[in-house]
Amino acid sequence: MDIGPLWLSLQLAFVTTVLLILLGAPLAWWLSQSRSRWQPVVQAIVAMPIVLPPTVLGFYLLIVLGPEGAIGSWWVRLTGDTLTFSFTGLVIASCIYSLPFAVQPMQNAFESLSRSKLEAAWTLGASKLDAFFSVTVPLSLRGFVSAIVLAFAHTLGEFGVVLMIGGNIPGESRVVSIAIYEHVETLNFAAAHRLSLALILFAFVILFGMFLVNRRWQSR
Amino acid sequence: MNHIELHYSLRKGDFKLEVDTRIPAAGITGVFGESGSGKTTLLRCIAGLEASTDGDLRPVHKRRIGYVFQESQLFPHLTVQKNLEYGRRRNPDTHRSIAEFASMLEVDRLLDRSVSDLSGGEAQRVCIARVLCQEPQLILMDEPLSALDARRRSNMLPYLDRLHAETSVPIIYVSHNIDEICRLSDHLVLLDNGKIVVEGGLQETLVRIDLPQLSGQNAGAVLEAKQSRYDAEFDLSLFEFSGGELWVPGRQGMATARLRISAGDISLSRAPAESSTILNILPAVIEGMAAETASTQLVRVRLGASFLVARITRRSLYELKLQVGDNVFAQIKSVTVRY
Repeated sequence: MDIGPLWLSLQLAFVTTVLLILLGAPLAWWLSQSRSRWQPVVQAIVAMPIVLPPTVLGFYLLIVLGPEGAIGSWWVRLTGDTLTFSFTGLVIASCIYSLPFAVQPMQNAFESLSRSKLEAAWTLGASKLDAFFSVTVPLSLRGFVSAIVLAFAHTLGEFGVVLMIGGNIPGESRVVSIAIYEHVETLNFAAAHRLSLALILFAFVILFGMFLVNRRWQSR
Repeated sequence: MNHIELHYSLRKGDFKLEVDTRIPAAGITGVFGESGSGKTTLLRCIAGLEASTDGDLRPVHKRRIGYVFQESQLFPHLTVQKNLEYGRRRNPDTHRSIAEFASMLEVDRLLDRSVSDLSGGEAQRVCIARVLCQEPQLILMDEPLSALDARRRSNMLPYLDRLHAETSVPIIYVSHNIDEICRLSDHLVLLDNGKIVVEGGLQETLVRIDLPQLSGQNAGAVLEAKQSRYDAEFDLSLFEFSGGELWVPGRQGMATARLRISAGDISLSRAPAESSTILNILPAVIEGMAAETASTQLVRVRLGASFLVARITRRSLYELKLQVGDNVFAQIKSVTVRY
């Protein structure tokens, strides 16, 4: 089997998920606690990738990340490489594309945590940061698991954005969804089947795993 | 004696909290008031959980104030033991052991349990123990018994008595239940609509008859008494207080007791009743009177150094022509004396 694209997709999903949890958790926390009038604005921006066609997102990312774009030109000066049609560019694009899938489960978990638990932690001598790690995170584990699974799975299944800014460069941006598309285009159905079935199986196993874990926790 | 200064002012919509006082830095100060009088807000200000204008800029976690919430607020991802350690690890200079506090509240057998396996009363005891383990300089209790049913509530009271006796940490105890306040506190702060109506020693303050907040079911007096005799034949104890003696049922071997006598359980007469079922007939002097409702009157009587409050009808007052300074007999049914 054509293992290269599968491997590349897994790498992309892994890096994206790690970044999204690290960056998304503070954002989700802010969204869950803030009473600022900017909160709904930020909330809407975070949710945009859910409703926008990937092509729209990909189109603007192409412009911004391209060698002439605001971020792209700066990147070229810094590293000499272009962001578009590179793995790094795909990571940036995936982070934006999968952002709501990581932020929303964490935000929901933070919101369902009673504030009194935190207040109890503070009065027991925990600073806000300490209380976040010693109370909020352990009590929001389900939200974190959902965020990890959804961000990972969603990045794995990404197609339109990659097509727009990544192209089809083996080892760099030829992820599994692109490879399947190409196999179909060249009428190589057997290869398309192999990759597609691998993806279906993978998606099922990881979603099944998540719901199983969730159910265990619920009954506890 | 040292004092704790309380200066807070806070506006929340229509509600305004304005507190400016000092309370003794020892024993239990009961904060009594109706729901919405600002009791919880006051505690939250003291703990630093409200943005208030007290000028204390220390963040909550640096204040070293223990807070017992209405609902237990234990951490469900930690065992009882880990919950007890949580506050302790975060506060330096602790002197007494966790085991000591655990046995004081009899939670030592629960240490390995998961928090979700505790009953309401157990959870609240663990909460109090957790606060003690952090060895705070002040403990705030926000209606800690209100989430419990009546039986569990009365089971909890001995633990609070013990806490009172065995630690020197001052406690501010908030409740809308006059029984809990009378049983536990040494000092009383009466809060209404965000302001302190009156405050002072429990016994003196409780017998004020001019305050609507201390009328109705709340009217009554508390006596600190020592047992002087026990009558085994009838299971009655004689308690001595500064101003007289009272027979009360049971209480064998209880050296000291705090006796609560509600205003409705006392009647007054000009002459001592004979062949009455009432065991306690004590000479007293009328000290003050105030109308309570259209039909009732609160009368404060003095017995030596102690005071009692009696509720009588205005008609009785009129018929007996009772006046301040008159000598009367206060009749108290033994079975109505509480604690």
